[in-house]
Amino acid sequence: MQSSSKKFSERFIEGLLLISSSITSLTVVLIVLFLFKEGLGLFSHSAIEEGNVIAVNKNNQVSVLSAEQLKDIFDQKIVNWKELGGSNDSIILFRLEDISNYYSDEQIGENFEHLPECISKLNDSISGIISFFPDKYWTTGFKGKKIEFNKITIKEVFAGKEWFPTAHPAAQLGIAPLLLGTLWVSLGAILLALPLGLASAVYLSEIANKKVRSILKPLIELLAGIPSVVYGFFGLVVIVPLIQQLFNLPVGETGLAGSIILGIMALPTIITISEDAMNTTPRAMKEASLALGASKWQTIYKIVIPYSISGITAAAILGIGRAIGETMAVLMVTGNAAIIPHSLLEPVRTIPATIAAELGEAPAGGLHYKALFALGCILFVITLIINLIVEFISSRKKYQNS
Amino acid sequence: MNLPDENKLEKLKKRRQRIAFIILGTIGYSIVAILISILTFIIVKGISVISWDFLTSMPEEGMTKGGIFPAILGSFYLVTGSIIVAFPIGIMAAICMNEYVKHGTAKKIIKQMTNNLAGVPSIVFGLFGMALFVNKLGFGDSIIAGSFTLGLLILPIIIRTTEEALKSVDDTFRQASIGLGASKWQTTKNVVLPIAFPKIITGMILSIGRVSGETAPILFTVAAYFLPRLPQSMFDQAMALPYHLYVLATSGTNISESRPMAYGTALVLVVIVLFTNLLANALRKYFSNKVKMN
Repeated sequence: MQSSSKKFSERFIEGLLLISSSITSLTVVLIVLFLFKEGLGLFSHSAIEEGNVIAVNKNNQVSVLSAEQLKDIFDQKIVNWKELGGSNDSIILFRLEDISNYYSDEQIGENFEHLPECISKLNDSISGIISFFPDKYWTTGFKGKKIEFNKITIKEVFAGKEWFPTAHPAAQLGIAPLLLGTLWVSLGAILLALPLGLASAVYLSEIANKKVRSILKPLIELLAGIPSVVYGFFGLVVIVPLIQQLFNLPVGETGLAGSIILGIMALPTIITISEDAMNTTPRAMKEASLALGASKWQTIYKIVIPYSISGITAAAILGIGRAIGETMAVLMVTGNAAIIPHSLLEPVRTIPATIAAELGEAPAGGLHYKALFALGCILFVITLIINLIVEFISSRKKYQNS
Repeated sequence: MNLPDENKLEKLKKRRQRIAFIILGTIGYSIVAILISILTFIIVKGISVISWDFLTSMPEEGMTKGGIFPAILGSFYLVTGSIIVAFPIGIMAAICMNEYVKHGTAKKIIKQMTNNLAGVPSIVFGLFGMALFVNKLGFGDSIIAGSFTLGLLILPIIIRTTEEALKSVDDTFRQASIGLGASKWQTTKNVVLPIAFPKIITGMILSIGRVSGETAPILFTVAAYFLPRLPQSMFDQAMALPYHLYVLATSGTNISESRPMAYGTALVLVVIVLFTNLLANALRKYFSNKVKMN
């Protein structure tokens, strides 16, 4: 009796342990599910603001517009239908608030009861009109033509050069500036951090004596724990003004500031990982090199560094991964302008910073919200790939060693 | 053709080495100097702001005066909440992987997934927490939603440190216990866990530091810009130290006047991280000495 109850409790505990250990897997699956469900929802939307209609005169030959064309029309960059393949007729914009230019309050009616009729008449009488209004005013017998919008395409999103998700009347969801911004800042960070971090790692692992090392290493590890918002704050009060003065810029919040802060943040990671890798160099190899008459420095760059190159690569890639995913510090120092950067001395905006800055204002379930989740998907995929590469490199190393 | 004589070569080699070492040493020390100067900057600028009042009173006059008590309290709630979420699960998962499922595909998958989770950027945790806990489960912006989000974030850390702690327990202990007729769970509970416990605790202490500093995951799950009163239940929003620092630094009503408050908040955050790290290190050292003495 006792033994069977013991068996049951053992089994129960085993089950509990198994469930616990599957929670991380479950979380990853849930993250993928939730992110992609919302993010991919973007592609079943059209770019025009929900609940609105774009209408033109019924004789207009244009019947399909892209989000970008629509934006250019309303920004008055395109002023003639000819440019869109229509007849030679200048474009006349009509937004709901323009109605008072055409009709008096009495004609519209006290409760706007004649408003649909008025809009309909306008669309009928002005040949070059394009009007943007809520779809509740699109009534039966409307004398005009509705412009059709394609669903947002993957190409539009990835190749689009403008990120302006709250634009009227059509959101611009090109993520190229964000992708490039993220890459610029991260690459800048790694270009700063890798040589410096590597040099420090060599010094710590091969040159410094034991006592110095036992002080410096925990110190550097400690600095990896400082919250990113503190680094961001430091960047904001020290590095941003410094860059502004040094390069005589209108604003100091630039990609360079982001790169410097991210570089500083990546240093502890790079130093500790590559130092660990160098430490695994077999002593016999180093001694053999020294015995052949090589100097210590020759041994370092001919034996230690080539031997630990995969660990160093892993450190570099991991550093890039951290930099790409880093949010707060970048958000605070890069100026967050969603334009394609031409140099590191301009404000840039990264993917994580965009999510952090905009999600609070995006209504849940809307186009903007879904677009930000799509950005989250991209970020998740990039970092996942980077992690898999790092693991692949380090597991291959282990295999070689055994 | 004259061969360069050996002495000269030797000298050249020495000189190259000296130059290289000087350069490497300079870089190494200046990196450490930069990192330390960041810390010093925060400490020096913040120390004059810190007072008992600063730590225990509410923010006043558009966060330019008063204290940061609600942010400290909020962070405390979040740390406690996320530890409650992650600690039991993390320890059980590590036990499962280290004591029960030692080999095979299942373990490989679990390990891979845990690594993947550890690599997910914190802002993605924020998105996920918002989609699942805030919207889907209907918690709203609340301490509980934030605790779950942060709990999942530190889960891989706790699993990893616990696993290392369990691995450091010598197998002879397990064999002796099994040999005496104890079951696997009895062995784990009565022999392995007590020995590994101090190291497990250090993992928990380190994750306290991590949770206190994370900002991105709480942006959309719990953090409030400003609350006139303290949170009353776990379904309330809360202020939190890192988000408070972000607000003070970038979007307060009067940035230049709230700057001292920002320095103070940054110092509190830094002190929490320093303290948890030092404590974890000290504990690790203390217990490793103790084990050796036995």
